[in-house]
Amino acid sequence: MNFGFTAEQDIFRSEVRKFLDNNAPLEEVRRIMESDEGYSPKLWQEMAQMGWLGLLIPEEHGGVDLGWVDLTVLLEECGRTLFPSPLLASTVAAIALMENGSAAQQARWLPSIAAGEAIFSVALVEANDRLSEQGVELLGEKSQQGAELRGEKLFVPDATAATHFVVSFRTGDGPEGVRLAVVEAGASGLTIEDLPGLDTTKRIGRVRFDGVSVDADCILDGSPGWAAVARLLDHAAAAVTAEAIGASEGAHALMVEYAKQRVQFGSLIGRFQGVKHPLADMYVDIESFKSLLYYAAWCLDKNPEEAPRHVSMAKALASDAFTRIGIDGIELHGALGYTWEYDAQLYLKRSKWVKAAFGGSDHHYERVAALGGL
Amino acid sequence: MDFDLTPEEEAFRSDVRTFLDENLPPEGERDAMFPLRWSTLVREKGWVGFSWPKEVGGGGGTLMEQAILKEELANRRAPALGSCIMGLAWVGPALIQYGTQEQKDRFIGDILDSKYQWCTGYSEPDIGSDLASLQCKGERQGDDYVVNGQKIWTSLAQWAKWMILLVRTDNATEKKHDGITCLLVEMDSPGITVSPIANMSKQPFFAEVFFDNVKVPVENLLGKEGQGWQITIGALANERSGISEIAGLLWELDLLKKLVKESRVGGKPAREDTRIRRKVAEFETRIAAMKYNGQRYLTKQIRGEPVGSETSVNKLHTAHLEKYMSEFALELQGSYGCLAPGSKAALERGRWQKEALGWCTAVIGGGTPNIQRNIIAERILGLPHD
Repeated sequence: MNFGFTAEQDIFRSEVRKFLDNNAPLEEVRRIMESDEGYSPKLWQEMAQMGWLGLLIPEEHGGVDLGWVDLTVLLEECGRTLFPSPLLASTVAAIALMENGSAAQQARWLPSIAAGEAIFSVALVEANDRLSEQGVELLGEKSQQGAELRGEKLFVPDATAATHFVVSFRTGDGPEGVRLAVVEAGASGLTIEDLPGLDTTKRIGRVRFDGVSVDADCILDGSPGWAAVARLLDHAAAAVTAEAIGASEGAHALMVEYAKQRVQFGSLIGRFQGVKHPLADMYVDIESFKSLLYYAAWCLDKNPEEAPRHVSMAKALASDAFTRIGIDGIELHGALGYTWEYDAQLYLKRSKWVKAAFGGSDHHYERVAALGGL
Repeated sequence: MDFDLTPEEEAFRSDVRTFLDENLPPEGERDAMFPLRWSTLVREKGWVGFSWPKEVGGGGGTLMEQAILKEELANRRAPALGSCIMGLAWVGPALIQYGTQEQKDRFIGDILDSKYQWCTGYSEPDIGSDLASLQCKGERQGDDYVVNGQKIWTSLAQWAKWMILLVRTDNATEKKHDGITCLLVEMDSPGITVSPIANMSKQPFFAEVFFDNVKVPVENLLGKEGQGWQITIGALANERSGISEIAGLLWELDLLKKLVKESRVGGKPAREDTRIRRKVAEFETRIAAMKYNGQRYLTKQIRGEPVGSETSVNKLHTAHLEKYMSEFALELQGSYGCLAPGSKAALERGRWQKEALGWCTAVIGGGTPNIQRNIIAERILGLPHD
């Protein structure tokens, strides 16, 4: 048994951190989050060159063929600086292709994702906000070319940046009636709209399908219905949680540093147990969802049967813990924390996204209960 | 990361399992004499003091083997490996690390054979969480230390033959920690008075211990004068995954789930109540977090990196679970929750009521939750001392 990172993974972490410290400190993050694109096309290309966009993609398709634990390192560091980019969306979409695409489909799209030429996102959630088979209402009517899609997807990450979407839709009743397809952003009948979110480092979109025609060779027919989508939702929830590790550590570090400097009543406030004990509890929470997420990440690669339970445990704990860290992060800084200029608000807003994205604690604890035999 | 065992570790696990299959009957089928037979069996098998070096009669087990053995034992609800609880838990390890050859020869074999009990003289009436401020005095006079003062909350004191005792031998040190000395004291020494204290379940498990000019021969000094604090916190190479506790908590969780499945709340099955389902899932998640935290610490230990204050993380989880799992069971029982264990109408013979009054040892012994928070805040986060 070995529950730690390898020397290579430690080096990778310091490379990622160095790149982000140099290129995307929080001042730069603020600039990017207020730009039209919502991400930096220049840094995106540099990430492609470093192999980060194809981290999980096989070498034959231009990737570097690493595993989920390596991806965790990358996402954690991106989360730490609240780095705005479509990395999470693009990685989950690549997984969708790798798990469900034919050899031809993989050869067609994966190289462009790894090279940063195409930006893929995943359109899996709808207005009903149900992360279950019944949540897939978007209809795919059989047509001469393949299918014609009618309906709407919501909460699509980085929708306006995306050039392609992996979309879940329904061709018949029940879990078997669910399919996945790749749709280009420029397809006729497709409308993309940016929905302002609380966290402007994370772009959220609505994608409408008014009779969008999908060719048969764009339908991922390796996908066994809803189970394929459920797996993708696990990958997505795990990715959100991996970013949340870094983000909550970033928020926590801001508070700890402040507690070591701020003097009130003639004392460093970090000396007061009313300050230090909550900081200790937050550390306990972060350590704990981190351990759960690391194990979940390993399961996603090596022990898929155990993945759903552990992803849900990690996401549930992270959702609640980061929510508290976000709120207490403002409170601990007093009025300063309430200002636009101070960074605590950025973490608070990220916590609102983490909590909501791909299932909050109620959803995931319910899954833990069901999988645990209740 | 890799959660598979090596072939050697797999072989060790299967050896453990075979031994347990052959020698450990299921929990309900053990007679009153079984614990005694069991302690002889496991002593012969080399499992008592399994982490201790072979030279002193221990098992010489690696960190990973310790974790495997503990998990297998806990999963089958095996009885303790010996009745000399504190001797096996910390007196033995302290002797191995700091004892003279004579002390090792004199005590370690007896501890491994659980010949008698040890007790631990740390807390004092005014000194609990702030242990390093202890005042019980030890004064060197010729070939003896003369001890005067009082200890309290001393578990098993009235049955113990020996005590591992912390005394203050120097009041003038710059750091109060450096004036503390560790002595091994025979409990029938003249001048010792033991006065039992009943816990809230009316069991006299702990006691006050008074020292009135008690002479302790210098040969019973453990380590050097002033080294007492170091000996107390010094952790031998015991694995720190917490796997036994975790297995115990998972056992409790299964019982709790069973209770949920059998209970009705407001006439409806409790298992259909989303609030109840979420609560159980929260417990399950916390226990799983403990498990993987523990495995991360064990990995650090195997790599030779120090593991110290991090274990406060799991102690805080244990405290939460010990307190609130039983409390949740009482809540599920509704009006039945307030019945005493002996009461006719009590559910499951009042096992949850016993738990609800019985968590104190795990939560308070070894540092209350607030002390664990201080440890994390000061030693890990680097915040200033209170």
